[in-house]
Amino acid sequence: MSLDDARVQRIAVLARIELAQDEIGPLGKELSGILDWIEQLQEVDTDAVEPMTGGADQSLRWRTDGVEDGGHAAKILANAPEAHEGFFGVPKVIE
Amino acid sequence: MSFIIKGETGDWETVIGLEVHAQVVSKSKLFSAAPTTFGAEPNTQVSFVDAGMPGMLPVINDVCVEYAVRTGLGLKARINNRSVFARKNYFYADLPQGYQISQFELPIVGEGTLILDMPDGESREVGIERLHLEQDAGKSIHDLHPDKTFIDLNRCGVALMEIVSKPDMRSPDEAGAYLRKLRSIVRYLETCDGNMDEGSMRCDANVSVRPVGSDELRTRCEIKNVNSVRFVMQAIEHEARRHVDVYEAGGDIAQETRLYDTSKSETRPMRSKEFAHDYRYFPDPDLLPLEFDDAYVEEIRSTLPELPDDKKERFMADYSLSAYDAGVLVVEKETAAYFEDVASGRDAKVVANWVISNLFGALNKKGLSISDSPVSALNLGKLIDLISDETISGRIAKEVFEVMVDEGKDPDAIVEEKGLRQITDTGPIEDAIVKVMEESPGKVEEYRGGKDKLIGWFVGQVMKQTGGKANPGMVNDLLRKKLAE
Repeated sequence: MSLDDARVQRIAVLARIELAQDEIGPLGKELSGILDWIEQLQEVDTDAVEPMTGGADQSLRWRTDGVEDGGHAAKILANAPEAHEGFFGVPKVIE
Repeated sequence: MSFIIKGETGDWETVIGLEVHAQVVSKSKLFSAAPTTFGAEPNTQVSFVDAGMPGMLPVINDVCVEYAVRTGLGLKARINNRSVFARKNYFYADLPQGYQISQFELPIVGEGTLILDMPDGESREVGIERLHLEQDAGKSIHDLHPDKTFIDLNRCGVALMEIVSKPDMRSPDEAGAYLRKLRSIVRYLETCDGNMDEGSMRCDANVSVRPVGSDELRTRCEIKNVNSVRFVMQAIEHEARRHVDVYEAGGDIAQETRLYDTSKSETRPMRSKEFAHDYRYFPDPDLLPLEFDDAYVEEIRSTLPELPDDKKERFMADYSLSAYDAGVLVVEKETAAYFEDVASGRDAKVVANWVISNLFGALNKKGLSISDSPVSALNLGKLIDLISDETISGRIAKEVFEVMVDEGKDPDAIVEEKGLRQITDTGPIEDAIVKVMEESPGKVEEYRGGKDKLIGWFVGQVMKQTGGKANPGMVNDLLRKKLAE
């Protein structure tokens, strides 16, 4: 399967990755290679096989509802490029 | 109750499906132990899981699972003993993970039904498509800074139940009835507080139109995040009329997300084309499938309260109430309990009438809920007893009731204090009758000459003479006798 430039560009937008014009071609080839490999995997007949969620026989762990976290706004905001009055500040995103 | 839009080219029917996001009443979030309290200082209710910090792992909250199942049972829906969490990927400033943990192919609750109680007493069934658990996003605030948007992550990760209906509704009234019924059910179940103004219940409406008689499903538009029942109904009506206008002008409707502008009463497109949805759902690798056995479900089922539909049927059967009265009384379980308190040992229809016509009116005027009612069930019961044992007349009872609403007092005390006890002795009533007859000999002549209708006027005058305290039945009887003499 081969990905054209427009498709690569679209994936980059969805992933929020900025691509230089000369990166698109090579990246398209790499991604196509991955898809080829997936196609190869899909040749295996798995109709009678239950999908697995992991190698170990585990089940989802549940937590008792209770408050044991929060109350550290400063830590939450520590990496924010901008913070104002306890809020994250981001470029205006109004519809 | 049909809602048909008359167009230039013919009649149009509206097709409506609703998606309701109902916030689960839990102490902590769906996948983290941060609190869910409404209105806290910004970013103080956030764990590193909610903030999307690398390496943090989600762990599911048991109450959220229980309440989703509980709500599913309340909607008479299929419960899926195995469901899967998926990542719904999109980029937005208030979504630090870059994806919302939701459920896609395998939701925790499958198909169910909800009964609409229409204002005319009719019932209609609406299908529930599914209910799934998902995380809420944070909050963007646009008006605190001239060129910045402020982000508060407190709501991030709070558990929501997304409840999706089938496209079974045909009018704004039905959509309103659906929302009110759903709110009533979750409040009975105590799984969501149902407060639309605090955002703990939010509604997206999917709307399309089609010519009457057709069963096609045309392109729908989704109106996002409308925050009151009334606005949802208005938004649907405006959107349906817009579709008709577009089709009749020869145009086509594009599938899109729209916002309802309550100040302009119009819907307009929300997201620009470049944000065209491509959520790239896939099973969340951080979470194993959510599984439980039938015993777990049955244990939850055994704790369900009597729900509004069952209560309504019981009220109709046990108290001989009309569908409308029973429907109104069971909307809030507190109201239903109040009614039953008063109705015990009394004429239920009389009680229903007092609660619906008088008490609801008084509470509405004062903006109070039944739990804050100044008139207790005990006191309303006493008032009704005072009427039935003829201590006071129905008319005086309304006066007493007003004092009860304003002062919260016991009706016995009010009647004694104000000397409102009904006059049931023939003596004073006859005195009043004689007085009225003496003052208006002309009317007496007219009556005796065959103008029977004047009896009403005489009754009114006698009641006036007695300050409204005379027993109206006795006044009637005695008057007729005296006038016939």
